[in-house]
Amino acid sequence: MLDKKIRVLIAKPGLDGHDRGVKVVAQLLRDAGMEVIYTGLHQTVEQIVETAIQEDVNVIGLSILSGAHYPITEKLMKRLKEIAMNDILIIVGGNIPRRDIDGLRALGVRGVFPTGSKFEDIVDFIKKNVG
Amino acid sequence: MWGETVKDTQQKEKEVVLESGIKVKPIYTPEDTKDIDYTEDVQDPGKYPYTRGIHPYMYRARPWTMRQYSGFATARETNKRFKYLIEHGQTGLNVAFDLPTQMGLDSDDTRAEGEVGRVGMAVDTLKDMEYAFEGIPIDKISTSLTINSTAAILLAMYIVVAEKQGLSLDQIRGTAQNDILKEYIGRGTWIFPVEPSLKLITDTIEYCARHIPKYYPVSVCGYHIRESGANPVQEIAYAFSIAKAYIQRVLSRGIDLNDFIPRISFNFDIHGNFFEQIAKFRAARRLWAKIVKNEFGATNPKAMMMKMIAGGGGGGLTIEQPENNIVRGAYYALISALSGTQTMALCSYDEAYTIPSEKAAIISLRTMQILIEEMGLCDTADPLAGSYYVEALTNQLEDKIVDLMNKVEERGGIVSAISKGEIQREVSRQAYLYEKMIQSGELVKVGVNKYRIVEEEERPIEFHEYDPSLVKQQIRMLNQVKRTRDNKEILKNLEKLRAMAQTDENLMPYIIDCVRAYATVGEITIVLKEVFGKFEEPVGI
Repeated sequence: MLDKKIRVLIAKPGLDGHDRGVKVVAQLLRDAGMEVIYTGLHQTVEQIVETAIQEDVNVIGLSILSGAHYPITEKLMKRLKEIAMNDILIIVGGNIPRRDIDGLRALGVRGVFPTGSKFEDIVDFIKKNVG
Repeated sequence: MWGETVKDTQQKEKEVVLESGIKVKPIYTPEDTKDIDYTEDVQDPGKYPYTRGIHPYMYRARPWTMRQYSGFATARETNKRFKYLIEHGQTGLNVAFDLPTQMGLDSDDTRAEGEVGRVGMAVDTLKDMEYAFEGIPIDKISTSLTINSTAAILLAMYIVVAEKQGLSLDQIRGTAQNDILKEYIGRGTWIFPVEPSLKLITDTIEYCARHIPKYYPVSVCGYHIRESGANPVQEIAYAFSIAKAYIQRVLSRGIDLNDFIPRISFNFDIHGNFFEQIAKFRAARRLWAKIVKNEFGATNPKAMMMKMIAGGGGGGLTIEQPENNIVRGAYYALISALSGTQTMALCSYDEAYTIPSEKAAIISLRTMQILIEEMGLCDTADPLAGSYYVEALTNQLEDKIVDLMNKVEERGGIVSAISKGEIQREVSRQAYLYEKMIQSGELVKVGVNKYRIVEEEERPIEFHEYDPSLVKQQIRMLNQVKRTRDNKEILKNLEKLRAMAQTDENLMPYIIDCVRAYATVGEITIVLKEVFGKFEEPVGI
């Protein structure tokens, strides 16, 4: 893993069009030396998984600000389980209330980074948990 | 004696740079405003170039309209909130729609799952709009519809609701946001490619100009561009470039610019440096007047007057120590009042993390009422005029906005720059730089990177509760409408719309026919998508 760039899929699932944060994180991870693929807006869970397979990513980062983080994340985790893709690191960012963090973790999300999270925390988390 | 100490000198020489890149001097004097010609550059309020405001007496004659953004769950729930706000002195409505409605999906669409009624009111058919405005006289309370890619459909519904309230077209007042170009930059509720989207906007402006003279068919939004990361110069420059693009399209329909430009309004953002925002609005007002007069050759003074809604700035609010947002909101309202806005939609203190609670909405309303009733903000127009600092800053900002607009032109214009994703990239780069400055502490955000109260951050915050049972209610109502409507009529109208969408014909009358027969937002959007196609987002970062 050391000599290979970490590949991250940054995804905007659902109808929420607020992409300021997701584009900031994409630039951050790229500057941190990772290979970043951004899906663009309005992606279905199926599209995101498809892209993740095609791009052979180590990480999927979901950005959700509308409040629909539970139903969307649940769907993604279910889909990944169906096709036995268990080795991808899933992180979620956006407008996530503190009280929902444990619930998202229980779904299998490894890292939750609400709006305002520290840059170094996100980068360190990914580096530590990939490979 | 008052000699200058070493510390004084250090303070004086420390550079203060505004977000727009303008360096602020420690002291401004008459020297900074000596080139200003009052008659030509500033003038009295109500006179060209309207730097000091578009009305001769501004708020002395009539305070700004108070129009809080609201709408959630179903039309019936939203109707209750509307009535509550009106009862408490709100003078206009500002309707929030849920994401499926904004994206042209019906509530029973699988892609709408989890989103029905979440961030705004769900609308599937005319029936929902009838419920939303039940008992609200829409000729007296002006209503703003925050809707963009499906604006033509929602405007059509609004028109039919007015008809059903017994009003004629020329009695309908209000605004549709209807600014699709900014949706590609920020907010992201686009559906169709850029060109057909522009055609739809042009159709609505043309239709309103010919039939609904008191309606504002488009509110050009610098707001969301800034919320996406733009600095104040980019906010105004991109918004004006977008407004010019709309005007050029409408001109090609053969409508007199003196008739329709007065009905184009703006929606701007307030957060960041206090004086920079005020100067931004004064500069924008003067520049818009010059553009409309000199570039387009308008002769109607009303066309030269930049009308705006301002007061919000969700991006300036913080989830940390949320009560601080009440204070920020009060300053935003003060900035807005000192900037000569026509309408205020003040952000609510809980807006950084949820849709406004009833309590938060009332505090915002009271904030504006305190300014009007207690603080004397309505006594005299543009009280900051003549301030060496504010006037100098106004000039500098105008120059910077003009420079950036010229750059956009040189690169082939705003429409092509947006289609290629160039503006989007610039705005997100700015957002990244801004966030880096917050993270490094170079830019202070109180309660976030300075004066934090860590134990406070653990405190649970109140969120607007989303009620999943209302989805069932909404879908039940949709099914009921589908059972009782004349499906043959629907099919006929949708096919007519499909045929006309392939021509240059204005689509408004055909969309109105569809909604009158209770066609759904989703059915109409599908027809248009089949003809127009889908926008392919440039995803390069």
